[in-house]
Amino acid sequence: MNEFLPFFVIIPLGAGFLTVLLAGRIRHASAVLANLAAGSLLVLSLLCVNSLSRSGTLAFNLGGWASPLGIKVVLDGLSGFILVVVNLVSFLAMIYAASYMRIYTARWKFYALFMLMLAGMNGVLLSGDLFNMYVFLELASISGYALVAFGVEPEDVEASFKYLIMGALASIFILLGIALTYSYASTLNMSDIAHALALSPNSMIITLISILFLTGFGLKAAIVPFHAWLADAHSSAPTPVSAVLSGVFIKTLGIYALSRVFFNILGVTPKILFIFMILGIFSMILGAFLAIIQKDIKRMLAYSSISQVGYIIFALGVGTPLAILGGLFYLLNHAVFKSLLFLNAGTIEYSTGTRDLNKLGGLNSQMPVSGYTSLLGSMSISGIPPLGGFWSKLIIIIAAIQAGFFGFAFVAALVSIVTLGYYFRFQTFAFFGQPVTPGLKIKKAAWSMNLAMIILALIAASSALVLLPGFRNFLDSAVGVLAKGNI
Amino acid sequence: MVLYFLCFVLFCVGLYCILRKRNIIKMIIGLGIVEYSINLFIILTGYRRFGRAPILAHDQQIPNMVDPLPQAMVLTTIVIGLALIVVAVSLAVRIYEKYGTFDITKIRRLRG
Repeated sequence: MNEFLPFFVIIPLGAGFLTVLLAGRIRHASAVLANLAAGSLLVLSLLCVNSLSRSGTLAFNLGGWASPLGIKVVLDGLSGFILVVVNLVSFLAMIYAASYMRIYTARWKFYALFMLMLAGMNGVLLSGDLFNMYVFLELASISGYALVAFGVEPEDVEASFKYLIMGALASIFILLGIALTYSYASTLNMSDIAHALALSPNSMIITLISILFLTGFGLKAAIVPFHAWLADAHSSAPTPVSAVLSGVFIKTLGIYALSRVFFNILGVTPKILFIFMILGIFSMILGAFLAIIQKDIKRMLAYSSISQVGYIIFALGVGTPLAILGGLFYLLNHAVFKSLLFLNAGTIEYSTGTRDLNKLGGLNSQMPVSGYTSLLGSMSISGIPPLGGFWSKLIIIIAAIQAGFFGFAFVAALVSIVTLGYYFRFQTFAFFGQPVTPGLKIKKAAWSMNLAMIILALIAASSALVLLPGFRNFLDSAVGVLAKGNI
Repeated sequence: MVLYFLCFVLFCVGLYCILRKRNIIKMIIGLGIVEYSINLFIILTGYRRFGRAPILAHDQQIPNMVDPLPQAMVLTTIVIGLALIVVAVSLAVRIYEKYGTFDITKIRRLRG
């Protein structure tokens, strides 16, 4: 399977290129190509993860040059886990987009940009050296800025510009950190840097590099002092893009990169873990309280993303293997149910023309598919047993209590109740009760939109099965990579 | 040492420009300045005094050569910077079409 690794970047790049070539000549060519590419990537990622369980890590030297000279592509347990999640959510977003994007013009541009973003995300996960990670990160980010502004309404371009300035600042800090790392360790390969740093620890420059990376990746992940751009960008983007941005984009570019750099390259110290925990707690609380007061469904979901990403960062900060397991399991669950909820919000906007909670009501009778799938997603995100969201929150809280952080565990449980509150409010205002606006015309959702939502709801309902012994290896190998540290 | 200090000054000028200016075109210019300062810094990390280009020839010994890898990295970051500036400027054009101003304090339709 080693030689298949570069195809995770080649397939989406090629599909994006073909999309531009064929656009306007063959009807629906762009949508079909994008769906084919995303589907084949999902199959390929599942195959790779399957062979990963036998061999441990997969690696490929680009151009046949061995490690110190050439560029290495690596897939290990952690990146394999996130790779499957990324390609799954992207594929379902593509199915959804096939009919949803008909309300926009110039659809082939959307598909080409989306494929570029997917290539960037896959590249971030696969690259074995820091500079290539930066290049792919920028590829994903720049196509992300363009996709947020895709609707070219005044709000869209404003949100996109804010996002661009924040994202560019983040990239600058990351690049400065990479330059300092290179000048200190004389190599860019991740495992070589870890070896070089292990020989000469406790340097002031490591502290500086840590601060730069924390700021950069923290901005990309929208952890609380750096969260200002997220709600605007994620609520203004076209719905399939919001689902991917909130579901997997901030996790790949933010949490995966952050944990890779800190756990596997620089090495975690108790001080850094404590900073993670504090940032996670603040993200949880502030995100949840900002989500309560929102009237726009998509803005509420975006603030909820900040709050839930706080849980993952907090779990990584607790740092015991059990906590990391809970955090990564929550990452999987959050990717699934948050993209599901964004697709529901998009369907509501598609059918009724508004996203304002005060103008909606009683949609359950007319839009049963969105109604019941979003009920399932809301139940999972607010931690109702036996859904996946409940188990992951339970594991995180138990791990925090075991590690002796009683106060933080209490706050995490409390925020979970607040989450239940605002999702209950979303359900009652949108789907139950009586229609508020009389004569609201309801357009029927197309079949591909319903299909994507139903598949996501089925995965959300059954995600707790990943904890069972048969599938456990999938999560455990990812936890093992982080728990091993920078050896 | 002077070069590093000047590079840092350039970085601070660009950062000030991004964070404090109200005109979005000036913010984009600040973005460019910061990128140039980082590129300069990466080049400086590979610089050796009186070093030569590391080109291998048959009958030549080069005792003191500069590190070529940062130069290759800078070429890549310049291209990335170009793409970023192009997206930023095209967004600025759209913003001017929709809002009729470049003033970031007047471009506030998103709230909450």
